[in-house]
Amino acid sequence: MEHIVIIGNGISGITAARHIRKLSDKKITIISAESDYFFSRTALMYVYMGHMKFEHTQPYENWFWKKNRLNLVNGYVSKVDTTNKKLILQSEEEIGYDKLIIATGSKSNKFGWPGQDLKGVQGLYSKQDLELLEANAPNNEVCKRAVIVGGGLIGIELAEMLRSRDIPVTFLVRESSFWNGVLPQGESQMINEHILEHHIDLKLDTNLKEIIPDENGRAKAVVTDKGETIQCTVVGLTAGVTPNIDFLKGSGIETGKGVKVNNFLETNIKDVFAIGDCAEQHEAIGNRRPVEAVWYTGRMMGEALAQTICGNKMAYNPGHWFNSAKFLDIEYQTYGWVFSERSKTDYEQHFHWRHSKEKICVTIAFHKDTQQFLGINTFGIRMRHEILDRWLTEKRSIAYVLEYLKDANFDPEFYAQYEENIVAHYNSLYGTGIAPRKKSWKRIFSNI
Amino acid sequence: MQIIKKIGLFVFLIGLTIFTILPFVGEFKLTPASLDQIIQEKGISSEIFIQGMEENVVDEEFQGMFTLSPQIAQILETANAQHRKDKEYKKVIYTGAHDMAAAVGKASGSGFIVENKGLMWFLTFGFGILGSLLFIIPNIVLLGNKGIKNNGIYHENATNRGWIAWMVFVFLVSFYLVLYFRSEYAVNWTYLVDPISEFLSGNPAGHWFVYGFMYCTVMTVMAVRMYIKYRHNMYQMVRTTSVLFFQIVFAFLIPEIMVRLQMPYYDFKNAFPLDYDFFFQWNLKSLLNSGGIGLFILVWGIVLTLVIVPVMVYFFGKRWYCSWVCGCGGLAETLGDPYRQHSSKSLFSWKVERWLVHGVLVFAVAMTLMTLYSFFTETGTVLGLKTQSVQNTYSLLIGAFFAGVIGTGFYPIFGNRVWCRFGCPLAAYLGFVQRFKSRFRITTNGGQCISCGNCSTYCEQGIDVRAYAQKGENIIRSSCVGCGICSAVCPRGVLKLENGPLKGRINPTEILLGNDVDLMDLVNKK
Repeated sequence: MEHIVIIGNGISGITAARHIRKLSDKKITIISAESDYFFSRTALMYVYMGHMKFEHTQPYENWFWKKNRLNLVNGYVSKVDTTNKKLILQSEEEIGYDKLIIATGSKSNKFGWPGQDLKGVQGLYSKQDLELLEANAPNNEVCKRAVIVGGGLIGIELAEMLRSRDIPVTFLVRESSFWNGVLPQGESQMINEHILEHHIDLKLDTNLKEIIPDENGRAKAVVTDKGETIQCTVVGLTAGVTPNIDFLKGSGIETGKGVKVNNFLETNIKDVFAIGDCAEQHEAIGNRRPVEAVWYTGRMMGEALAQTICGNKMAYNPGHWFNSAKFLDIEYQTYGWVFSERSKTDYEQHFHWRHSKEKICVTIAFHKDTQQFLGINTFGIRMRHEILDRWLTEKRSIAYVLEYLKDANFDPEFYAQYEENIVAHYNSLYGTGIAPRKKSWKRIFSNI
Repeated sequence: MQIIKKIGLFVFLIGLTIFTILPFVGEFKLTPASLDQIIQEKGISSEIFIQGMEENVVDEEFQGMFTLSPQIAQILETANAQHRKDKEYKKVIYTGAHDMAAAVGKASGSGFIVENKGLMWFLTFGFGILGSLLFIIPNIVLLGNKGIKNNGIYHENATNRGWIAWMVFVFLVSFYLVLYFRSEYAVNWTYLVDPISEFLSGNPAGHWFVYGFMYCTVMTVMAVRMYIKYRHNMYQMVRTTSVLFFQIVFAFLIPEIMVRLQMPYYDFKNAFPLDYDFFFQWNLKSLLNSGGIGLFILVWGIVLTLVIVPVMVYFFGKRWYCSWVCGCGGLAETLGDPYRQHSSKSLFSWKVERWLVHGVLVFAVAMTLMTLYSFFTETGTVLGLKTQSVQNTYSLLIGAFFAGVIGTGFYPIFGNRVWCRFGCPLAAYLGFVQRFKSRFRITTNGGQCISCGNCSTYCEQGIDVRAYAQKGENIIRSSCVGCGICSAVCPRGVLKLENGPLKGRINPTEILLGNDVDLMDLVNKK
């Protein structure tokens, strides 16, 4: 029986394992040093905030693994011997494999800041990071202030977590506006305002210069490039993540930023594959980045690779880009491509609408010349994935999207609807006469 | 603001303490006139009982029900034992000892509590309401921006099965035990609400009136909490208002007013088989003897169960009843909201749930068939089983213990829908319709789920919502009461409760939306 060994029990590895099990009877072993059972990394914040217990982050009950003959090994792989097709664990145990899937995810970026390894300085990625945060910042007596370095999705989550325990937070953001390398200006501006509403001390255009230790080797302050010194107990380093592949050194597996893979998620070595955050495509797919550290892409790679491993060779070929996040109280969804001012092409034009009082806004990207709908960002409005995916496939025009926008609304029942206002705003800007159509179940389900 | 909260808590606890002490205190002195009245009302012909009462109870001062109740029980038992021995079955008194003690107690209360009903109401209910509102309303400011406010739920003693939760558990269980089995100890509570009862129905309050009034009060206060907590979520606002309206108007006011108008006491929204004694002989007789209105209620009750309930479930899912109209659901969604996370999501619980809830439905239907057979053929036994004993068993085990003591008492430990999930026969019936023929579903939004587990954690019915959402499948479950909280707590906008066409409602998927379209087709269509 072929033995499939998966390093990493995150969403990518577990999805691959589940699908291989569905398709075959192969022997499957999953190795992780992080946790005994698969858990949802994205939910770690809710454990600290007291919304859930850790066990609630585990999508499958503990009996699931044995029942589905998914052999779990708690261990740390220190070496991969591709010649003899075996793994050597830190415990010196050896595990042989017929096919190996590397799904080891990411680790927090550290950019060589002085003091980055002091006590009280940490990232937020793993279960261990959560436990560390619980020790470093149990309450606002122990943690008088936290400084967060890096204005991305993890940074704002960490800020929200700490604020849930009334810990004062200073948030250092390199950019001139929150996440404006990704978000268009209007949206980024709205999030800036929302961050301040949550009493987070947002410092834009500010970089970390160094972290100052106290006599016990704990962080006690940070110095910014503006020359300011901020006293603090905890420093959160959330300046992005990087593939977690150090253990592959000397294995002969080709690595760049991540493990280099082709479209079939194959590495340079036969029978060795890489998926999820740690994989790096030789060539980026469409507008995607070569390394995609996103929950959804990890899952999709797992789905695709399982097919290949079970004899139905299939390229990883993701469909239209989508993503979502939550910035404190504001939900964010994106479908297709809406680029920030910094990275958008000259044909990409944006239509932006923002509610006059509430923190709700929409940005629709379209082709300046052809009027083709390129993508949409929504804040505070939920959108129906299937409809937007379909419109992107059908290459609809922005006028069409606006006319049928009500079909795409996914907000709970009785919520205020803003399509009329959005379309009216568009009409007034572009002198058009688009009239939004009533929501139609028939259209929504037209492809079933 | 924290200070206001603390004052509120303090005031509430004073009210609660006084309320809790009441069953243990009070003066009772039965006058001969009151005894005569009881004898008349209950049609008592036992001279032994009357003599015993006259000798030992009448004009005696009793301090607290603990001294009076055993006395009455003893007199009653002695009298009945003697009559049974002498085969004077017509003189045997069938009123239970506790009900008798309650009746005597109610007629003989005297002293401070009885003379100061208004003041006592204020010191108990008044303090309770005032204190809770002072505790709840500062949250408008303290909770900060509108949005999901679940911070600290698993850190707080009260909402994480700590000692406070266990105290609440003990209090609620004891309260229900008194209500169902020791109603004489509720006599002092009835005085507090006498003025309200007399205003509504013209009669003094019994312990069920106390319960009804308290139910409405608790729901109203806790609805204020819901309004503040979910003020960003219009679905929750509308739903809370609806369930509060149906409780106060349909379950509380209309039946009381009907009594005043010499009509039968009836809650028009309480559908069989939740209203399990609707077809009991005494109810049918009472309805048939009440003229036009009685007949109307009889027809309405049958049409409600056989037509209105399933048709509405077809269009809107069982939520229209369970979380928009039902009284049990109403209490669960208001008082029970802080405990919703405690429902077990394990597969084992689901198995137990299916056996139990459907078992109760079978029990209820079988009992009703027996009852109707007995009613029309005028026999007391069916297949060797005494109809009356089956009814009594159901009333005790399901009506009192399951729905009351366990159903509400277990809130702080096992979640707020223990009864609705494991016991309610109406929920089981509605569930069949919802599962197999309904437009309702919780739609999963393509591939957006991140398996975080907020939905499952906060599902009061113990549905592992995430198990469906992370597969891209819609949630079609007979037990879903459509409270909408899974959709509210989802951080990624994945879930939406909606009523739509039957086609495509159940959508099993292998590969989620977002992956290569060919792969989706290939895998999902095989």
